[in-house]
Amino acid sequence: MTVRTREELPRILKEAFYIARTGRPGPVVVDVPKVIQQALGPDEYPKEVNIRGYKPNESVHMGQIKKAVSMLKKAKRPLFLIGGGVNISGANAEMKELAERTGVPVITTIMGKGAIPTSHELYMGNIGIHGSYAANHAVAECDVLFSIGTRFNDRITGKIEEFAKDAKIIHIDVDAASISKNIVVDIPIVADAKLAIEKLLDEVPKLEIQAWTEQVRGWKKEHPITMENYEGLTPEKIIRYINEHFERPIITTDVGQNQLWATQYIELEGNRQFLTSGGLGTMGYGFPAAIGAKLGNPDTPVIAISGDGGMQMNIQELATAVTLELPLILVVLNNGYLGNVRQWQELFYGKRYSSTCLRYRRSCERRCQDSREACPPYTPDFVKLAESYDAYGIRISKPEELKEAFDYALSHKNAPTIIECLIEPEANVFPMVPTGNTLGDMILG
Amino acid sequence: MGMEMKKRYISLYVENRIGVLAKISGLLAGKSYNMDTLTVGETEDPTVSRMTIGLTIDDITFEQVKKQLNRCVVVIKVMDFSEIPIHKKELLFIKVSGCGEKDKAEVFRIAQAFGLEVIDYDKRRVLVQCVKTESANNDMIRLFNQTFPSRIETVRGGSVAIEAISTSEQ
Repeated sequence: MTVRTREELPRILKEAFYIARTGRPGPVVVDVPKVIQQALGPDEYPKEVNIRGYKPNESVHMGQIKKAVSMLKKAKRPLFLIGGGVNISGANAEMKELAERTGVPVITTIMGKGAIPTSHELYMGNIGIHGSYAANHAVAECDVLFSIGTRFNDRITGKIEEFAKDAKIIHIDVDAASISKNIVVDIPIVADAKLAIEKLLDEVPKLEIQAWTEQVRGWKKEHPITMENYEGLTPEKIIRYINEHFERPIITTDVGQNQLWATQYIELEGNRQFLTSGGLGTMGYGFPAAIGAKLGNPDTPVIAISGDGGMQMNIQELATAVTLELPLILVVLNNGYLGNVRQWQELFYGKRYSSTCLRYRRSCERRCQDSREACPPYTPDFVKLAESYDAYGIRISKPEELKEAFDYALSHKNAPTIIECLIEPEANVFPMVPTGNTLGDMILG
Repeated sequence: MGMEMKKRYISLYVENRIGVLAKISGLLAGKSYNMDTLTVGETEDPTVSRMTIGLTIDDITFEQVKKQLNRCVVVIKVMDFSEIPIHKKELLFIKVSGCGEKDKAEVFRIAQAFGLEVIDYDKRRVLVQCVKTESANNDMIRLFNQTFPSRIETVRGGSVAIEAISTSEQ
């Protein structure tokens, strides 16, 4: 909204915060022209908001809840698909209760990760193009897909005609426009996730579906996600180190392979420990998000996991973090490439690397396809870069150095530390469902 | 719900503010929903404008259009005019040029036969006003085009529609 007169400024600000925090929350742009910024006026801030075109849904249609429960009761192979809506509405405890009460296995989108603890015996992993074998196969095989707070975007559906094609689909979402947009659903329920789950808890029984749950759990056990076939310092080892040595840290990620690995390996317990840009996928998100997280949670360790590409997209924020004396741990997974694009170029474009190698020079041989010893040095030097901002930096290349690096970072109480991790340049994120394939049709790596 | 394309009308109550028209048309364009017509004007309440949007669209996409419009903060109310009795009219001007006496007489005859109004003319030109439904106006344009090929100029305003009381044209 553009503020056009000084008189409407308080009302517009009040409305902006109201819209940003209710319904499906999200940013609101308020454009305050310079003349309004300088104009004098009263500081009265309205107490009430009444926007006639904006009435967020605050109830649940019980008829639809009952229909959903009755469909769930008849299911032989039910599955919960949980999106970011559950985390946003803070329904984590209720969701865990719902899963335990019914015994239905749970899979999540990457925005939904952490909806129930990742260590929970009913949690089967992420769905989607880099989701787990168990989660993707469970969607293909389930007969009732009970989805809450997800948009069914193309990262999770794979070939849309084949998505959950044997299943009846129930969909709870606070945004009516997200329902039956990409996937036509059988039972739509427009409601806040927390409210709807609370109502469900009054109605659901324990389901007799042990065989199915065991089957999904079996897939999870037989096909775990791992980078064991790569040697040395792998993202898996770095993230597992964080899992083992930090109690409930806040993790932010950038966008790209660093994010995908983080969503695969991070363990989460409780709401809002994991901040990642899943919708628009904006590179450069991770580091500024960590600054915000630390300002809001000064006593919680905050770790940003970035790639060497994304880290440089908002590198100027190092000055902000230094100014604000924030002890952030900035883990940079440096493979010398814009890795996710490079992975696509490798797998789907005959390894014709274009504008993804960050060691490239104009004088390089054309169509070079390897990273070799003879390649020009990588830029920037992240350790020197950190030091130039009066922050700290350390570079590691072996798993044994993880402890030293994290201890070094933790020893700084009022400045950020970059831990630059030199990882295998051409490591890929697997498993992967190539675009247009059905979810079950995965490259396992 | 089918994928077959149908003509539909939506009536929208929106905030009467700068930028609202751009927002609504931008929303439809951004989602590649093709509007046939859009009219907008202030209502009896000067803080509210009313839009009539005509679309040729399938059921599933139409549901999306309504939901997307509904979630827009500047939209106060969305009314689907597809299934309810309404009145709808469109203003159309047809100007016929290069007329001899015989042509002019023919224009007047057509106007009389179809209930159009001749609102202006001179020696060689006649201006006709049609207030009919969009499809009847299409018929009029076709008729004038056939009768006076390459000699007509038209401008039309897009449909406006309102719920019916005791009779309708739906």
